[in-house]
Amino acid sequence: MLEIRDLRASAGDKEILRGIDLTVNAGEVHAVMGPNGSGKSTLAQVLAGHPAYVVTGGSVRYRGQDLLDLEPEERAQAGVFLAFQYPVEIPGVTNAYFLRAAYNEIRKARGQDEVDSMDFLDLLEEKLKLVDWEPAIMSRAVNAGFSGGEKKRNEILQMAVLEPRLAILDETDSGLDIDALRIVAAGVNKLRRPDNATIVVTHYQRLLNYIVPDYVHVLSNGRIVKSGGKELALELEARGYEWLEDTVGAAS
Amino acid sequence: MSSTVESLVNKEYKYGFVTDIESDVAPKGLNEDVIRLISAKKQEPEWLLAWRLKAYRGWQKMTEPHHWPNVTYTPVDYQAISYYSAPRTQKPLGSLDEVDPKLLETYTKLGIPLSEQKLLAGVVAVDAIFDSVSVGTTYKAKLAEQGIIFCSFGEAVREHPALVQKYLGSVVPASDNFFAALNAAVFSDGSFVYIPKGIRCPMELSTYFRINTAETGQFERTLIVADEGASVSYLEGCTAPKRDENQLHAAVVELVALDNASIKYSTVQNWYAGDENGRGGIYNFVTKRGKAAANAKISWTQVETGSAITWKYPSVILQGDNSVGEFYSVAVVNGRQQADTGTKMIHIGKNSRSTIVSKGISAGRGQNSYRGLVKVLPKAEGARNYTQCDSMLIGNRCGAHTFPYIDVQNSSSSTEHEASTSKIGEDQIFYLKQRGLNTENAISMVVNGFCKEVFKELPMEFAVEAQKLLGISLEGSVG
Repeated sequence: MLEIRDLRASAGDKEILRGIDLTVNAGEVHAVMGPNGSGKSTLAQVLAGHPAYVVTGGSVRYRGQDLLDLEPEERAQAGVFLAFQYPVEIPGVTNAYFLRAAYNEIRKARGQDEVDSMDFLDLLEEKLKLVDWEPAIMSRAVNAGFSGGEKKRNEILQMAVLEPRLAILDETDSGLDIDALRIVAAGVNKLRRPDNATIVVTHYQRLLNYIVPDYVHVLSNGRIVKSGGKELALELEARGYEWLEDTVGAAS
Repeated sequence: MSSTVESLVNKEYKYGFVTDIESDVAPKGLNEDVIRLISAKKQEPEWLLAWRLKAYRGWQKMTEPHHWPNVTYTPVDYQAISYYSAPRTQKPLGSLDEVDPKLLETYTKLGIPLSEQKLLAGVVAVDAIFDSVSVGTTYKAKLAEQGIIFCSFGEAVREHPALVQKYLGSVVPASDNFFAALNAAVFSDGSFVYIPKGIRCPMELSTYFRINTAETGQFERTLIVADEGASVSYLEGCTAPKRDENQLHAAVVELVALDNASIKYSTVQNWYAGDENGRGGIYNFVTKRGKAAANAKISWTQVETGSAITWKYPSVILQGDNSVGEFYSVAVVNGRQQADTGTKMIHIGKNSRSTIVSKGISAGRGQNSYRGLVKVLPKAEGARNYTQCDSMLIGNRCGAHTFPYIDVQNSSSSTEHEASTSKIGEDQIFYLKQRGLNTENAISMVVNGFCKEVFKELPMEFAVEAQKLLGISLEGSVG
């Protein structure tokens, strides 16, 4: 589904990603971990096409296409979804209106008919259950005045509605209390299917107790320095990131 | 992204065409003879000519307000403009069927069909003003059944002189300001509305203004009177062809709401704004004011997207006890547009209340100023005002300015003022793009959300129109 080869990216004149290699297949969950400043969030943003980053080298193939060649909205329409670390507020635009607009844009891009508001409400009702939410949330403005937990839950609701092929969760656990974390993780787990894939970007192992990954990758200084199974996350939790940074330092 | 932006910037102003029609145009320049000519063309009574001439003599002693408005422009040469232009017709028109097909076609092209059968649901009566004259008014007969008068100003002068004489200049005197005085001297046509006592007007009334001829000005005058307990909702729309020269539009609107009456006045202004270098476009210098008697309500809603320069302050004199004044405004500037707009709420009556919600959007190199006065006079016990003034900036080369004036002379009154400035963020746009919306739709969604409190005040069908218009005005403004 996704093949990242030697990906390099900069913000301004600072190189942040310094040669990432990563392959993700359908049905898999990959966790990308690493200390602050290692480039985890940058990787997520670059895959989604954030204009603040310039790709300086390497390639990203996504379902046979050159992902880097697509506009952010074309990536979204092709099924790439980013759950934002800091979801953005859109005052005056209701959640329902926003979600239906997004849903229809994606349908249109796939040659499907647009859905009217009545049918969409039926669909929403189902999806709201996934994140254990009341319909009242749909008439509030997008993320405006939402608590940190509500914003993250809203991201997962959007993911449930848009049914991405590749979901990238950027620090979805940050700022969540344990109850909210459970709800969010349960939502993500219910959306797991053999034909979609998830990349979970996180600093802490905690989230991975709930969303169990098939693979764990550790990012340091813009490169993946170690990959392994889910047990790698536990080892990191026990030994800290310094352990790996030291190894890398010794090797280079 | 930049290629998309480029193509959007170069999008044409949709209403920039010129109708090729023979017109009677008065010689350029302004003097008493021209005023006599206009008055004679319109077969006006002596008192009205005298009123015009008095206004003209007053105007000659006034100076154009150059210093206080936050706009800069090349001064208007008042002798280089023609003050009257009318499509040439063979004979006076008996009905809409006799209107020149070219004119009907013009309005159809503008999306304003001048036919009555077309609109069964959500009926709107239209008065169509082309340059200096009204070319047709729909649903006149149907409205007359309830005693409602809806016609061109010229016709009102001929058919209902007593009403016109009683209320003309009663809210905006001829001596009010430079542009109001000019309008009083040379006004050509406009709409007149009278709603009798206790009548609720059964349909939306609207006037559609179109400037067509080059080097002319448009000086229309609208007068709306809602008698005791009456109510009416009224809308005006405006467009003009693209021309390299600036054209002057100096209108006056007077609203009279007697006891317990209510007038809702909505404007969607889309005059030609000039090109991206600031060449051409309409100078929109307009005086709009209403007077509300006891328990009466006057509500202004405006969506201002066009014009090179806008100078406009729809106001309410809250004369009666418990009277209500409202002002909801969205003003958009893009390219080199400049707008200095806002309102005046003058509280005279006890327990009078006013609400001001102003949303300014600045893009390109546009400069947007909100200027508002809230004045509470000594006798206005318990008066209340709430003002909310929000500005949104798109890009780095535009400006937003706020000039609130608050003058309170009664200690039992209360005034509140809230203001905010935000910048449409790359993060907001990216967030929406990541959900599948293209740049254009993303901007439109953010901006429409910002303007929601104003749009919800517009009659339904016009709210949709306004949202579309806003999208067009801001195309290509985020790079």
